[in-house]
Amino acid sequence: MSATKKPKVVDRRRFLMDAARAAAGCAVAGSLLAVYARDARALPAEALRPPGALPEEDFLAACIRCGLCVRDCPYDTLVLAELGVDGAATGTPFFTARDIPCEMCDDIPCVKACPTGALDPGLTEIDEAKMGIAVLVDEENCLNALGLRCDVCYRVCPVIDEAITLERQHNERSGHHAMFMPVVHAEFCTGCGKCEKSCVLPEAAIKVLPVRLARGKLGEHYRLGWEQMDENGAPLVDGLIDLPDRLPGPGTDNLATPGGFEPTFRLPSGGTGQ
Amino acid sequence: MSAKTKLPIGQEAIEKKGWIGAHKYLLLRRISQAIFLLLFLIGPWFGLWIVKGNLAGSLTLDVLPLTDPLVLLQGIVARHWPEMTAIIGALIVGVAYALIGGRVYCSWVCPINPVTDGAHWLHEKLGLQKGWQPKKNTRYWVLGMVLIVSALTGTIAWEFVNPITMLHRGLIFGIGFAWSFVIAVFLFDLFVSRRGWCGHLCPVGAFYDLLGTKSILRVSARNRAACDDCMDCFAVCPEMHVITPALRGKGDETPLILSPDCTNCGRCIDVCSVDVFRFTHRFDQSPAPGRDDAATQSPARDARAA
Repeated sequence: MSATKKPKVVDRRRFLMDAARAAAGCAVAGSLLAVYARDARALPAEALRPPGALPEEDFLAACIRCGLCVRDCPYDTLVLAELGVDGAATGTPFFTARDIPCEMCDDIPCVKACPTGALDPGLTEIDEAKMGIAVLVDEENCLNALGLRCDVCYRVCPVIDEAITLERQHNERSGHHAMFMPVVHAEFCTGCGKCEKSCVLPEAAIKVLPVRLARGKLGEHYRLGWEQMDENGAPLVDGLIDLPDRLPGPGTDNLATPGGFEPTFRLPSGGTGQ
Repeated sequence: MSAKTKLPIGQEAIEKKGWIGAHKYLLLRRISQAIFLLLFLIGPWFGLWIVKGNLAGSLTLDVLPLTDPLVLLQGIVARHWPEMTAIIGALIVGVAYALIGGRVYCSWVCPINPVTDGAHWLHEKLGLQKGWQPKKNTRYWVLGMVLIVSALTGTIAWEFVNPITMLHRGLIFGIGFAWSFVIAVFLFDLFVSRRGWCGHLCPVGAFYDLLGTKSILRVSARNRAACDDCMDCFAVCPEMHVITPALRGKGDETPLILSPDCTNCGRCIDVCSVDVFRFTHRFDQSPAPGRDDAATQSPARDARAA
Protein backbone atom coordinates (compact mmCIF):
# COMPACT_ATOMS: atom_id res chain seq x y z
CA MET A 1 0.00 0.00 0.00
CA SER A 2 2.68 2.44 1.02
CA ALA A 3 4.63 1.53 -2.08
CA THR A 4 1.75 2.67 -4.26
CA LYS A 5 0.97 5.70 -2.16
CA LYS A 6 4.39 7.25 -1.99
CA PRO A 7 4.86 8.09 -5.67
CA LYS A 8 1.43 9.71 -5.60
CA VAL A 9 2.56 12.23 -3.00
CA VAL A 10 5.64 12.98 -5.03
CA ASP A 11 3.50 13.33 -8.14
CA ARG A 12 1.16 15.71 -6.43
CA ARG A 13 4.06 17.76 -5.14
CA ARG A 14 5.65 17.81 -8.56
CA PHE A 15 2.35 18.71 -10.16
CA LEU A 16 1.83 21.61 -7.78
CA MET A 17 5.41 22.72 -8.26
CA ASP A 18 5.15 22.59 -12.05
CA ALA A 19 1.84 24.38 -11.99
CA ALA A 20 3.24 27.09 -9.74
CA ARG A 21 6.24 27.56 -12.00
CA ALA A 22 4.13 27.72 -15.13
CA ALA A 23 1.70 30.13 -13.51
CA ALA A 24 4.53 32.35 -12.30
CA GLY A 25 6.17 32.31 -15.71
CA CYS A 26 2.89 33.17 -17.39
CA ALA A 27 2.23 35.93 -14.86
CA VAL A 28 5.57 37.56 -15.72
CA ALA A 29 5.16 37.10 -19.48
CA GLY A 30 1.52 38.14 -19.30
CA SER A 31 2.33 41.31 -17.39
CA LEU A 32 4.91 42.27 -19.99
CA LEU A 33 2.41 41.57 -22.75
CA ALA A 34 -0.26 43.59 -20.96
CA VAL A 35 2.07 46.56 -20.49
CA TYR A 36 3.10 46.36 -24.12
CA ALA A 37 -0.52 46.10 -25.24
CA ARG A 38 -1.52 49.11 -23.13
CA ASP A 39 1.38 51.20 -24.42
CA ALA A 40 0.51 50.33 -27.98
CA ARG A 41 -2.97 51.77 -27.48
CA ALA A 42 -1.67 55.32 -27.55
CA LEU A 43 -2.63 56.39 -31.04
CA PRO A 44 -0.55 59.31 -32.33
CA ALA A 45 -2.54 62.41 -33.21
CA GLU A 46 -1.55 62.34 -36.90
CA ALA A 47 -2.82 58.77 -37.35
CA LEU A 48 -6.49 58.88 -38.25
CA ARG A 49 -8.65 55.77 -38.18
CA PRO A 50 -10.87 54.87 -41.16
CA PRO A 51 -14.48 56.08 -41.26
CA GLY A 52 -16.75 54.34 -38.78
CA ALA A 53 -13.86 53.13 -36.62
CA LEU A 54 -14.94 52.33 -33.08
CA PRO A 55 -13.37 54.40 -30.28
CA GLU A 56 -9.73 53.39 -29.90
CA GLU A 57 -10.21 51.15 -26.81
CA ASP A 58 -12.97 49.21 -28.54
CA PHE A 59 -11.19 49.26 -31.86
CA LEU A 60 -8.24 47.22 -30.60
CA ALA A 61 -10.63 44.53 -29.34
CA ALA A 62 -12.39 44.42 -32.68
CA CYS A 63 -9.77 44.95 -35.39
CA ILE A 64 -8.11 41.68 -36.42
CA ARG A 65 -5.62 43.57 -38.60
CA CYS A 66 -6.56 41.71 -41.76
CA GLY A 67 -6.13 44.73 -44.02
CA LEU A 68 -9.34 44.16 -46.00
CA CYS A 69 -10.31 47.82 -45.53
CA VAL A 70 -6.91 48.79 -46.93
CA ARG A 71 -7.46 46.59 -49.97
CA ASP A 72 -10.88 48.02 -50.73
CA CYS A 73 -9.83 51.66 -50.35
CA PRO A 74 -9.83 52.91 -53.96
CA TYR A 75 -7.52 55.83 -53.24
CA ASP A 76 -4.80 54.00 -51.28
CA THR A 77 -5.61 56.27 -48.38
CA LEU A 78 -5.56 53.54 -45.78
CA VAL A 79 -2.41 51.68 -44.81
CA LEU A 80 -1.60 49.12 -42.13
CA ALA A 81 0.77 50.37 -39.45
CA GLU A 82 4.24 48.89 -39.64
CA LEU A 83 6.04 48.04 -36.44
CA GLY A 84 8.49 50.74 -35.40
CA VAL A 85 7.68 52.87 -38.46
CA ASP A 86 4.15 54.08 -37.83
CA GLY A 87 2.86 55.05 -34.44
CA ALA A 88 -0.45 53.19 -34.58
CA ALA A 89 -0.67 49.66 -33.13
CA THR A 90 1.11 47.21 -35.44
CA GLY A 91 -0.99 46.07 -38.35
CA THR A 92 -3.97 48.31 -37.66
CA PRO A 93 -5.35 50.54 -40.43
CA PHE A 94 -4.92 54.29 -40.38
CA PHE A 95 -4.31 57.21 -42.70
CA THR A 96 -2.29 60.38 -42.60
CA ALA A 97 -4.34 63.32 -43.85
CA ARG A 98 -1.33 65.27 -45.11
CA ASP A 99 -0.24 62.26 -47.26
CA ILE A 100 -3.51 60.98 -48.68
CA PRO A 101 -6.78 62.21 -47.20
CA CYS A 102 -10.04 60.28 -47.20
CA GLU A 103 -12.02 60.89 -50.38
CA MET A 104 -15.29 60.07 -48.61
CA CYS A 105 -16.67 57.50 -51.06
CA ASP A 106 -20.47 57.43 -51.04
CA ASP A 107 -20.55 53.62 -50.73
CA ILE A 108 -17.89 53.55 -47.95
CA PRO A 109 -16.10 50.40 -49.23
CA CYS A 110 -13.73 50.19 -46.25
CA VAL A 111 -16.61 49.82 -43.81
CA LYS A 112 -18.23 47.21 -46.03
CA ALA A 113 -14.97 45.26 -46.19
CA CYS A 114 -14.53 45.02 -42.43
CA PRO A 115 -15.44 41.49 -41.32
CA THR A 116 -15.60 42.16 -37.57
CA GLY A 117 -17.38 45.47 -37.22
CA ALA A 118 -14.28 47.32 -36.06
CA LEU A 119 -15.50 49.78 -38.68
CA ASP A 120 -19.11 50.20 -37.63
CA PRO A 121 -21.48 48.98 -40.36
CA GLY A 122 -24.05 51.35 -38.86
CA LEU A 123 -22.26 54.14 -40.72
CA THR A 124 -24.14 54.37 -44.00
CA GLU A 125 -23.82 58.10 -44.73
CA ILE A 126 -20.22 59.12 -45.17
CA ASP A 127 -21.12 62.70 -44.17
CA GLU A 128 -21.77 61.36 -40.68
CA ALA A 129 -18.25 59.96 -40.33
CA LYS A 130 -16.11 61.36 -37.51
CA MET A 131 -12.54 60.40 -38.38
CA GLY A 132 -11.37 63.52 -36.59
CA ILE A 133 -12.11 67.24 -36.47
CA ALA A 134 -10.28 69.85 -38.48
CA VAL A 135 -8.79 72.62 -36.38
CA LEU A 136 -7.19 75.83 -37.61
CA VAL A 137 -4.18 75.26 -35.41
CA ASP A 138 -2.18 78.26 -36.59
CA GLU A 139 -4.23 81.44 -36.83
CA GLU A 140 -1.07 83.47 -37.30
CA ASN A 141 0.38 81.82 -40.39
CA CYS A 142 -2.90 80.99 -42.11
CA LEU A 143 -2.81 83.07 -45.29
CA ASN A 144 -6.37 84.22 -44.79
CA ALA A 145 -5.35 85.49 -41.37
CA LEU A 146 -2.63 87.48 -43.11
CA GLY A 147 -5.31 89.15 -45.17
CA LEU A 148 -4.99 87.09 -48.36
CA ARG A 149 -7.83 85.24 -50.02
CA CYS A 150 -6.24 81.78 -50.07
CA ASP A 151 -9.48 80.00 -49.14
CA VAL A 152 -8.12 76.65 -50.32
CA CYS A 153 -9.22 74.66 -47.27
CA TYR A 154 -12.68 76.10 -47.63
CA ARG A 155 -12.85 75.36 -51.34
CA VAL A 156 -11.74 71.72 -51.09
CA CYS A 157 -13.98 70.85 -48.16
CA PRO A 158 -16.47 68.18 -49.29
CA VAL A 159 -18.96 69.71 -46.85
CA ILE A 160 -18.25 73.27 -47.97
CA ASP A 161 -20.19 76.05 -46.21
CA GLU A 162 -21.18 73.66 -43.48
CA ALA A 163 -18.00 72.13 -42.10
CA ILE A 164 -15.89 75.15 -43.02
CA THR A 165 -17.25 78.64 -43.48
CA LEU A 166 -15.39 81.85 -44.11
CA GLU A 167 -16.20 84.41 -41.45
CA ARG A 168 -15.55 88.04 -42.31
CA GLN A 169 -13.63 89.91 -39.69
CA HIS A 170 -12.25 93.38 -39.47
CA ASN A 171 -8.53 93.53 -40.19
CA GLU A 172 -7.26 95.48 -37.23
CA ARG A 173 -3.76 95.71 -38.59
CA SER A 174 -4.59 97.56 -41.81
CA GLY A 175 -7.58 99.19 -40.23
CA HIS A 176 -9.73 99.06 -43.37
CA HIS A 177 -9.48 95.59 -44.87
CA ALA A 178 -11.37 92.38 -44.18
CA MET A 179 -10.07 88.97 -43.22
CA PHE A 180 -12.00 85.87 -44.22
CA MET A 181 -11.18 83.43 -41.46
CA PRO A 182 -11.85 79.74 -42.09
CA VAL A 183 -13.99 78.48 -39.25
CA VAL A 184 -14.62 74.77 -38.70
CA HIS A 185 -18.00 73.62 -37.47
CA ALA A 186 -17.38 70.34 -35.68
CA GLU A 187 -20.94 69.18 -36.11
CA PHE A 188 -20.43 68.84 -39.86
CA CYS A 189 -16.69 68.10 -40.12
CA THR A 190 -16.01 64.44 -40.97
CA GLY A 191 -12.25 64.64 -40.45
CA CYS A 192 -11.53 63.56 -44.02
CA GLY A 193 -8.38 65.68 -44.02
CA LYS A 194 -8.74 67.28 -47.45
CA CYS A 195 -8.25 70.72 -45.90
CA GLU A 196 -5.03 69.64 -44.20
CA LYS A 197 -3.79 67.97 -47.37
CA SER A 198 -4.50 71.07 -49.45
CA CYS A 199 -3.20 73.75 -47.13
CA VAL A 200 -0.67 75.60 -49.26
CA LEU A 201 1.76 76.27 -46.41
CA PRO A 202 4.84 74.06 -46.08
CA GLU A 203 3.36 72.95 -42.76
CA ALA A 204 -0.40 72.92 -42.73
CA ALA A 205 -2.10 75.63 -40.68
CA ILE A 206 -5.28 73.56 -40.52
CA LYS A 207 -4.95 70.03 -39.22
CA VAL A 208 -7.30 67.17 -38.51
CA LEU A 209 -7.01 66.08 -34.91
CA PRO A 210 -8.61 63.15 -33.14
CA VAL A 211 -11.89 64.21 -31.57
CA ARG A 212 -10.43 63.79 -28.08
CA LEU A 213 -7.81 66.47 -28.86
CA ALA A 214 -9.90 68.70 -31.07
CA ARG A 215 -12.86 69.27 -28.80
CA GLY A 216 -13.65 70.43 -25.35
CA LYS A 217 -16.63 69.14 -23.47
CA LEU A 218 -19.40 71.24 -22.02
CA GLY A 219 -20.35 70.45 -18.44
CA GLU A 220 -23.61 68.55 -18.40
CA HIS A 221 -25.30 71.06 -16.15
CA TYR A 222 -25.22 73.74 -18.83
CA ARG A 223 -28.49 74.35 -20.61
CA LEU A 224 -28.44 76.24 -23.88
CA GLY A 225 -31.41 78.54 -23.55
CA TRP A 226 -31.75 79.23 -27.27
CA GLU A 227 -31.88 75.53 -28.08
CA GLN A 228 -34.40 74.87 -25.36
CA MET A 229 -36.47 77.77 -26.54
CA ASP A 230 -36.49 76.33 -30.07
CA GLU A 231 -37.59 72.96 -28.77
CA ASN A 232 -40.20 74.43 -26.48
CA GLY A 233 -41.43 77.07 -28.88
CA ALA A 234 -41.50 79.53 -25.99
CA PRO A 235 -39.35 80.57 -23.07
CA LEU A 236 -39.06 77.82 -20.49
CA VAL A 237 -39.71 80.19 -17.63
CA ASP A 238 -43.05 81.99 -17.68
CA GLY A 239 -43.65 85.45 -16.38
CA LEU A 240 -40.28 86.94 -17.22
CA ILE A 241 -40.37 90.68 -16.76
CA ASP A 242 -39.78 92.33 -20.13
CA LEU A 243 -37.72 95.35 -19.25
CA PRO A 244 -37.58 98.17 -21.80
CA ASP A 245 -34.61 97.93 -24.17
CA ARG A 246 -32.05 100.64 -23.78
CA LEU A 247 -32.26 102.63 -26.94
CA PRO A 248 -29.32 104.35 -28.56
CA GLY A 249 -29.21 107.94 -27.60
CA PRO A 250 -26.83 110.68 -26.72
CA GLY A 251 -23.20 109.61 -26.99
CA THR A 252 -23.73 107.08 -29.81
CA ASP A 253 -23.42 107.53 -33.55
CA ASN A 254 -26.95 106.51 -34.22
CA LEU A 255 -28.49 109.42 -36.01
CA ALA A 256 -31.89 107.81 -35.98
CA THR A 257 -32.48 108.77 -32.43
CA PRO A 258 -32.44 112.14 -30.86
CA GLY A 259 -29.08 113.13 -29.48
CA GLY A 260 -26.99 111.16 -31.98
CA PHE A 261 -24.02 112.77 -33.62
CA GLU A 262 -22.17 112.66 -36.95
CA PRO A 263 -19.76 109.74 -37.60
CA THR A 264 -16.08 110.62 -37.85
CA PHE A 265 -15.70 109.08 -41.31
CA ARG A 266 -18.03 109.41 -44.21
CA LEU A 267 -17.74 108.27 -47.84
CA PRO A 268 -16.97 111.16 -50.22
CA SER A 269 -20.30 112.32 -51.55
CA GLY A 270 -20.86 111.66 -55.23
CA GLY A 271 -18.05 109.07 -55.28
CA THR A 272 -18.57 105.68 -56.83
CA GLY A 273 -18.25 104.10 -53.45
CA GLN A 274 -15.47 101.56 -53.79
CA MET B 1 18.57 0.52 -31.24
CA SER B 2 20.22 -1.08 -34.19
CA ALA B 3 23.31 -0.53 -36.26
CA LYS B 4 21.20 1.59 -38.57
CA THR B 5 20.66 4.11 -35.81
CA LYS B 6 24.15 5.36 -36.49
CA LEU B 7 23.48 6.10 -40.15
CA PRO B 8 22.69 9.70 -41.12
CA ILE B 9 19.00 10.46 -40.79
CA GLY B 10 17.01 9.39 -43.82
CA GLN B 11 19.96 7.89 -45.71
CA GLU B 12 18.36 4.50 -46.04
CA ALA B 13 15.08 5.95 -47.19
CA ILE B 14 16.90 8.00 -49.81
CA GLU B 15 18.71 4.92 -51.05
CA LYS B 16 15.50 2.97 -51.23
CA LYS B 17 12.94 5.51 -52.42
CA GLY B 18 15.17 8.09 -54.09
CA TRP B 19 15.64 11.66 -52.82
CA ILE B 20 12.25 12.82 -54.06
CA GLY B 21 10.51 9.82 -52.54
CA ALA B 22 12.21 10.36 -49.23
CA HIS B 23 11.24 14.05 -49.17
CA LYS B 24 7.79 13.84 -50.72
CA TYR B 25 5.78 15.31 -47.87
CA LEU B 26 8.49 17.79 -46.98
CA LEU B 27 8.41 19.10 -50.54
CA LEU B 28 4.60 19.14 -50.61
CA ARG B 29 4.62 21.00 -47.34
CA ARG B 30 7.04 23.64 -48.58
CA ILE B 31 4.95 24.03 -51.71
CA SER B 32 1.82 24.37 -49.58
CA GLN B 33 3.47 26.99 -47.38
CA ALA B 34 4.63 28.88 -50.46
CA ILE B 35 1.16 28.73 -52.02
CA PHE B 36 -0.50 30.05 -48.88
CA LEU B 37 1.86 32.99 -49.00
CA LEU B 38 1.78 33.53 -52.76
CA LEU B 39 -2.03 33.47 -52.90
CA PHE B 40 -1.97 36.55 -50.72
CA LEU B 41 0.95 38.12 -52.58
CA ILE B 42 -0.18 37.93 -56.20
CA GLY B 43 -2.85 40.51 -55.36
CA PRO B 44 -0.47 43.27 -54.30
CA TRP B 45 2.25 42.14 -56.72
CA PHE B 46 0.29 41.62 -59.92
CA GLY B 47 -3.11 43.15 -59.19
CA LEU B 48 -4.72 39.73 -59.43
CA TRP B 49 -7.01 39.61 -56.43
CA ILE B 50 -7.74 35.97 -55.72
CA VAL B 51 -7.26 36.40 -51.99
CA LYS B 52 -7.33 39.66 -50.06
CA GLY B 53 -6.18 40.14 -46.49
CA ASN B 54 -3.88 37.91 -44.49
CA LEU B 55 -3.97 34.87 -42.20
CA ALA B 56 -5.87 36.76 -39.50
CA GLY B 57 -8.74 37.40 -41.89
CA SER B 58 -9.20 37.13 -45.62
CA LEU B 59 -11.68 37.20 -48.46
CA THR B 60 -11.24 34.75 -51.32
CA LEU B 61 -12.69 35.51 -54.75
CA ASP B 62 -14.90 38.14 -53.09
CA VAL B 63 -17.15 35.47 -51.58
CA LEU B 64 -15.35 33.21 -49.11
CA PRO B 65 -14.57 34.89 -45.80
CA LEU B 66 -11.97 33.22 -43.57
CA THR B 67 -11.02 34.32 -40.08
CA ASP B 68 -8.46 33.00 -37.62
CA PRO B 69 -10.62 31.60 -34.82
CA LEU B 70 -8.06 32.33 -32.10
CA VAL B 71 -7.80 35.99 -33.12
CA LEU B 72 -11.57 36.25 -33.06
CA LEU B 73 -11.78 34.45 -29.72
CA GLN B 74 -9.39 37.00 -28.22
CA GLY B 75 -11.59 39.77 -29.59
CA ILE B 76 -14.63 38.18 -27.98
CA VAL B 77 -13.00 37.84 -24.55
CA ALA B 78 -11.92 41.47 -25.02
CA ARG B 79 -15.67 42.15 -25.16
CA HIS B 80 -16.24 42.86 -28.84
CA TRP B 81 -18.94 40.75 -30.43
CA PRO B 82 -17.91 40.47 -34.09
CA GLU B 83 -20.07 40.85 -37.17
CA MET B 84 -21.43 37.71 -38.80
CA THR B 85 -18.85 37.72 -41.63
CA ALA B 86 -16.02 37.15 -39.19
CA ILE B 87 -17.96 34.50 -37.26
CA ILE B 88 -18.75 32.56 -40.43
CA GLY B 89 -15.10 32.82 -41.47
CA ALA B 90 -13.91 31.51 -38.14
CA LEU B 91 -16.40 28.63 -38.23
CA ILE B 92 -15.24 27.58 -41.70
CA VAL B 93 -11.60 27.63 -40.60
CA GLY B 94 -12.40 25.92 -37.30
CA VAL B 95 -14.37 23.09 -38.86
CA ALA B 96 -11.79 22.54 -41.59
CA TYR B 97 -8.93 22.18 -39.12
CA ALA B 98 -11.04 20.14 -36.73
CA LEU B 99 -11.41 17.64 -39.56
CA ILE B 100 -7.95 17.56 -41.12
CA GLY B 101 -5.98 18.03 -37.90
CA GLY B 102 -5.63 21.32 -36.07
CA ARG B 103 -1.91 21.43 -36.27
CA VAL B 104 -1.98 20.96 -40.03
CA TYR B 105 -2.05 24.76 -39.75
CA CYS B 106 1.38 24.60 -38.09
CA SER B 107 3.09 22.37 -40.61
CA TRP B 108 1.35 23.17 -43.88
CA VAL B 109 0.31 26.83 -43.62
CA CYS B 110 2.14 28.75 -40.90
CA PRO B 111 4.92 30.96 -42.33
CA ILE B 112 6.94 30.60 -39.13
CA ASN B 113 7.33 26.85 -39.72
CA PRO B 114 10.10 27.25 -42.33
CA VAL B 115 11.82 29.63 -39.91
CA THR B 116 11.83 27.20 -37.00
CA ASP B 117 12.59 24.27 -39.31
CA GLY B 118 15.58 26.28 -40.53
CA ALA B 119 16.62 26.93 -36.96
CA HIS B 120 16.37 23.23 -36.20
CA TRP B 121 18.39 22.32 -39.27
CA LEU B 122 21.15 24.69 -38.21
CA HIS B 123 20.85 23.48 -34.63
CA GLU B 124 21.59 19.93 -35.79
CA LYS B 125 24.38 21.07 -38.12
CA LEU B 126 26.09 22.88 -35.29
CA GLY B 127 25.49 19.98 -32.92
CA LEU B 128 24.11 22.26 -30.21
CA GLN B 129 22.62 21.14 -26.91
CA LYS B 130 18.86 20.81 -26.82
CA GLY B 131 18.77 23.51 -24.15
CA TRP B 132 15.71 24.50 -22.16
CA GLN B 133 12.84 22.12 -22.74
CA PRO B 134 9.64 23.49 -21.18
CA LYS B 135 7.01 21.05 -19.90
CA LYS B 136 4.71 19.76 -22.58
CA ASN B 137 1.68 21.61 -21.24
CA THR B 138 3.46 24.99 -21.19
CA ARG B 139 1.80 26.05 -24.41
CA TYR B 140 -1.64 25.64 -22.88
CA TRP B 141 -0.57 27.90 -20.04
CA VAL B 142 0.60 30.45 -22.60
CA LEU B 143 -2.73 30.15 -24.42
CA GLY B 144 -4.58 30.76 -21.17
CA MET B 145 -2.35 33.72 -20.43
CA VAL B 146 -3.07 35.23 -23.84
CA LEU B 147 -6.82 35.00 -23.29
CA ILE B 148 -6.56 36.47 -19.79
CA VAL B 149 -4.43 39.38 -21.00
CA SER B 150 -6.90 39.95 -23.85
CA ALA B 151 -9.74 40.11 -21.35
CA LEU B 152 -7.86 42.38 -18.94
CA THR B 153 -6.55 44.85 -21.51
CA GLY B 154 -9.60 44.72 -23.78
CA THR B 155 -7.37 44.13 -26.78
CA ILE B 156 -6.54 41.25 -29.10
CA ALA B 157 -3.39 40.85 -27.05
CA TRP B 158 -1.41 38.20 -28.91
CA GLU B 159 -1.56 40.21 -32.12
CA PHE B 160 0.81 42.73 -30.58
CA VAL B 161 3.59 40.12 -30.63
CA ASN B 162 2.38 37.16 -32.73
CA PRO B 163 5.34 36.34 -35.01
CA ILE B 164 3.07 34.40 -37.40
CA THR B 165 0.83 37.27 -38.38
CA MET B 166 3.71 39.74 -38.03
CA LEU B 167 5.61 37.86 -40.74
CA HIS B 168 2.64 37.03 -42.94
CA ARG B 169 1.12 40.51 -42.76
CA GLY B 170 4.56 42.04 -43.04
CA LEU B 171 5.38 40.25 -46.29
CA ILE B 172 2.04 41.30 -47.78
CA PHE B 173 1.54 44.81 -46.39
CA GLY B 174 5.03 45.97 -45.39
CA ILE B 175 7.02 44.64 -42.50
CA GLY B 176 8.67 47.54 -40.69
CA PHE B 177 10.66 46.16 -37.78
CA ALA B 178 8.45 43.07 -37.40
CA TRP B 179 11.49 41.14 -38.65
CA SER B 180 12.79 41.37 -35.11
CA PHE B 181 10.05 39.03 -33.87
CA VAL B 182 10.86 36.49 -36.58
CA ILE B 183 14.58 36.65 -35.87
CA ALA B 184 13.87 36.32 -32.15
CA VAL B 185 11.97 33.09 -32.75
CA PHE B 186 14.78 31.77 -34.96
CA LEU B 187 17.45 32.55 -32.38
CA PHE B 188 15.30 31.18 -29.56
CA ASP B 189 14.95 27.85 -31.36
CA LEU B 190 18.60 27.82 -32.34
CA PHE B 191 20.32 28.70 -29.08
CA VAL B 192 17.82 28.59 -26.24
CA SER B 193 15.46 25.73 -26.84
CA ARG B 194 15.51 23.08 -29.55
CA ARG B 195 12.11 23.09 -31.30
CA GLY B 196 11.13 25.36 -28.46
CA TRP B 197 8.76 27.85 -30.06
CA CYS B 198 6.46 25.66 -32.15
CA GLY B 199 6.82 22.64 -29.92
CA HIS B 200 6.40 24.17 -26.48
CA LEU B 201 5.35 27.80 -26.37
CA CYS B 202 3.32 29.04 -29.32
CA PRO B 203 -0.28 29.64 -28.15
CA VAL B 204 -1.56 29.56 -31.71
CA GLY B 205 -0.23 26.01 -32.02
CA ALA B 206 -1.79 25.18 -28.67
CA PHE B 207 -5.15 26.47 -29.87
CA TYR B 208 -5.07 24.48 -33.10
CA ASP B 209 -3.83 21.52 -31.06
CA LEU B 210 -7.03 21.62 -28.99
CA LEU B 211 -9.11 22.27 -32.10
CA GLY B 212 -7.83 19.11 -33.78
CA THR B 213 -8.18 16.76 -30.82
CA LYS B 214 -10.72 14.60 -32.66
CA SER B 215 -9.54 15.21 -36.20
CA ILE B 216 -10.24 12.66 -38.91
CA LEU B 217 -6.93 12.73 -40.78
CA ARG B 218 -4.25 10.83 -38.89
CA VAL B 219 -0.93 9.13 -39.46
CA SER B 220 -0.90 5.43 -38.69
CA ALA B 221 2.06 3.18 -37.94
CA ARG B 222 0.14 0.33 -39.50
CA ASN B 223 3.22 -1.46 -40.77
CA ARG B 224 4.95 -1.19 -37.39
CA ALA B 225 5.88 -4.86 -37.46
CA ALA B 226 8.50 -3.94 -40.07
CA CYS B 227 10.20 -1.29 -37.90
CA ASP B 228 13.92 -1.89 -37.72
CA ASP B 229 14.66 0.64 -34.98
CA CYS B 230 16.62 3.03 -37.15
CA MET B 231 15.07 5.89 -35.06
CA ASP B 232 14.88 8.23 -38.05
CA CYS B 233 11.21 9.01 -37.47
CA PHE B 234 11.99 10.15 -33.93
CA ALA B 235 14.84 12.26 -35.27
CA VAL B 236 12.71 14.13 -37.79
CA CYS B 237 9.48 14.39 -35.80
CA PRO B 238 8.93 17.86 -34.31
CA GLU B 239 6.74 16.31 -31.59
CA MET B 240 8.52 13.00 -31.16
CA HIS B 241 6.52 11.88 -28.14
CA VAL B 242 3.49 11.30 -30.37
CA ILE B 243 5.16 8.42 -32.20
CA THR B 244 5.96 6.06 -29.33
CA PRO B 245 2.45 4.86 -28.38
CA ALA B 246 1.59 4.09 -31.99
CA LEU B 247 4.88 2.61 -33.13
CA ARG B 248 5.67 0.65 -30.01
CA GLY B 249 2.08 -0.47 -29.35
CA LYS B 250 1.24 -4.14 -29.27
CA GLY B 251 -1.24 -5.85 -31.53
CA ASP B 252 -4.32 -4.75 -29.66
CA GLU B 253 -3.20 -1.16 -29.28
CA THR B 254 -4.04 1.27 -32.03
CA PRO B 255 -1.31 2.10 -34.53
CA LEU B 256 -2.95 5.51 -35.06
CA ILE B 257 -1.05 8.56 -33.89
CA LEU B 258 -3.92 10.08 -31.95
CA SER B 259 -2.05 12.77 -30.03
CA PRO B 260 -3.34 16.20 -31.11
CA ASP B 261 0.27 17.39 -30.90
CA CYS B 262 0.98 15.56 -34.18
CA THR B 263 1.13 18.17 -36.94
CA ASN B 264 0.40 15.72 -39.74
CA CYS B 265 3.58 16.89 -41.43
CA GLY B 266 4.21 13.44 -42.86
CA ARG B 267 7.96 13.64 -42.37
CA CYS B 268 7.95 10.24 -40.60
CA ILE B 269 6.36 8.74 -43.70
CA ASP B 270 9.12 10.25 -45.85
CA VAL B 271 12.00 9.15 -43.76
CA CYS B 272 10.99 5.54 -43.08
CA SER B 273 12.77 3.13 -45.39
CA VAL B 274 10.40 0.28 -44.56
CA ASP B 275 7.18 2.31 -44.96
CA VAL B 276 5.82 1.86 -41.47
CA PHE B 277 3.71 5.03 -41.60
CA ARG B 278 0.89 6.19 -43.82
CA PHE B 279 -1.87 8.78 -43.78
CA THR B 280 -5.29 7.38 -42.91
CA HIS B 281 -8.39 8.31 -40.93
CA ARG B 282 -9.01 7.91 -37.22
CA PHE B 283 -11.63 5.19 -37.73
CA ASP B 284 -9.18 2.99 -39.61
CA GLN B 285 -9.40 -0.40 -37.89
CA SER B 286 -6.96 -2.24 -40.14
CA PRO B 287 -5.08 -4.85 -38.16
CA ALA B 288 -1.58 -3.75 -37.25
CA PRO B 289 0.30 -6.41 -35.38
CA GLY B 290 2.97 -5.14 -33.06
CA ARG B 291 6.57 -5.76 -33.93
CA ASP B 292 7.14 -8.68 -31.57
CA ASP B 293 3.64 -9.59 -30.55
CA ALA B 294 4.33 -13.31 -30.68
CA ALA B 295 7.30 -13.02 -28.36
CA THR B 296 5.81 -10.72 -25.75
CA GLN B 297 2.17 -11.67 -25.53
CA SER B 298 1.53 -12.48 -21.91
CA PRO B 299 -1.44 -14.29 -20.43
CA ALA B 300 -2.50 -11.13 -18.69
CA ARG B 301 -2.59 -9.20 -21.95
CA ASP B 302 -4.57 -11.98 -23.59
CA ALA B 303 -7.03 -11.87 -20.75
CA ARG B 304 -7.44 -8.12 -21.10
CA ALA B 305 -7.89 -8.35 -24.81
CA ALA B 306 -10.57 -11.00 -24.39
